Amino acid sequence: MGQVSRKIAAGDESLAAGLAADLNGSFERLVLAYQDRLYGFALRLAGNRQDAEDITQDAFVRAYHALQAYPAARRRALAVRPWLYRIALNLSRNRRRGKRPPIASLDPEGEGAGPDVPDVDVGRLPEPAFDRAELRRALAALVGALPPRYRVPVILRHVQGIAYREIASILGLPIGTVKGNVHRGLRLLEEDLARQHDITSGRRGDRAQAGRVMHR
Amino acid sequence: MTRPEFLGRDSRARQGGVARLLRDLGDARAPGTIFPAVLERLGLGDAYGRLDTPIGPVFVAYNAHGVSAVRPGGSAKEFEAAFRTRFGRPIRRAGGLPAALAGRLGRAFRGTGRPSVHFDLRSVSEFERAVLRKALSIPRGEVRPYGWIAREIGRPAAARAVGTALARNPIPLLIPCHRVVRNDGRVGGYLFGPEFKRRVLADEGVDVEALEARAHAGTQYYGSDTTRIYCFPTCRNARRISPAHRVSFRSAAEARGAGYRPCAVCRPSLAS
Repeated sequence: MGQVSRKIAAGDESLAAGLAADLNGSFERLVLAYQDRLYGFALRLAGNRQDAEDITQDAFVRAYHALQAYPAARRRALAVRPWLYRIALNLSRNRRRGKRPPIASLDPEGEGAGPDVPDVDVGRLPEPAFDRAELRRALAALVGALPPRYRVPVILRHVQGIAYREIASILGLPIGTVKGNVHRGLRLLEEDLARQHDITSGRRGDRAQAGRVMHR
Repeated sequence: MTRPEFLGRDSRARQGGVARLLRDLGDARAPGTIFPAVLERLGLGDAYGRLDTPIGPVFVAYNAHGVSAVRPGGSAKEFEAAFRTRFGRPIRRAGGLPAALAGRLGRAFRGTGRPSVHFDLRSVSEFERAVLRKALSIPRGEVRPYGWIAREIGRPAAARAVGTALARNPIPLLIPCHRVVRNDGRVGGYLFGPEFKRRVLADEGVDVEALEARAHAGTQYYGSDTTRIYCFPTCRNARRISPAHRVSFRSAAEARGAGYRPCAVCRPSLAS
């Protein structure tokens, strides 16, 4: 477990103790502690800001009602983070049901130039034909287009930085399966990105390949 | 045109590059609308209402913890703006104050019955909370100096910080920071101006003119030559001393020198 994870775990313990002792008094802390992470997660799942905000709000509201129903002992023993991720994930699955999937690949502008897109240094990428912002948008769209089986664990592991063990508990899958799906998802992304780069830079105007990216 | 480095030849290296890029997709910042909306939907946010009191209309905000803010006068809009600035939380106007709360607040403002209002003091520091709790112990109709609070909370050198903490009192009037006066006995400043402070004190039965006259004369304490006890002049024990038996002292040292001991109710002993 990394240092950051350990810190979060310690914070979660005190948060869980607070929720057990005084739910109404501690719930604000929970929202403030997790709103960025849950929103970031929901944004990658839903692919657009409006749905991401709805999912995040609904997740907290549902979490509160669930906590109200739990006895204090259960609240104290709660692993807050995976529990919250599970709630957000279920909400996003329910929303998708009956909706045409995935909005993400069609709406890379879910990214936009808003405050949730800090200009981070993604490394040495001096390519004028494929600059950082473009790359980011392309990658966000590709992540959104991955099949859920790969998309969700890739987001949890690599976008959210969560350890495999915790992802396994969020998804209710064996850790080996999670690792396999993450690796497979990463490979698909890497292939898609390389292919898209080649298309963008006009190496091979391979329409069939581009089509594969969108329809897989 | 060359391929960007992350699209290098080796698949493993490329996957590492993609993983690095993915990390950057994770710095989303939740929109500011989520927090207030969630609290609102759960009924955990603050609401406020207007209340008529002996010292005029007062706005009172409250939430699941208790009363969170009080502000006399002004408009509803000003109250909302001040609340948001101070607490960074949303606030909505209640149709009317809940009946039970309105009853308790009415009694608290009139000073009748046992005070039973809960306060939400989460936004203040531990030191500030100690200061406010101590201020809460000053009975209606009485005043104590800043130095007394500082000593009573075990921070005798922090009289100035006590003044700052009182000036930040989020729940004035109900937490009676107006009952704390300067160490020389003068009324001193107030959040809403010294005139307002005089008015509130007078409304509570403090003889503000006498207060200022004593400060001018340098009288800090009253003693009773029958009990040989000295008090703050507004202490209920001091007010029972008949003029014929009342002795004035300019300092605690003077009182002790004359063989007087401090009152156990107002505890003037170590106040500077």
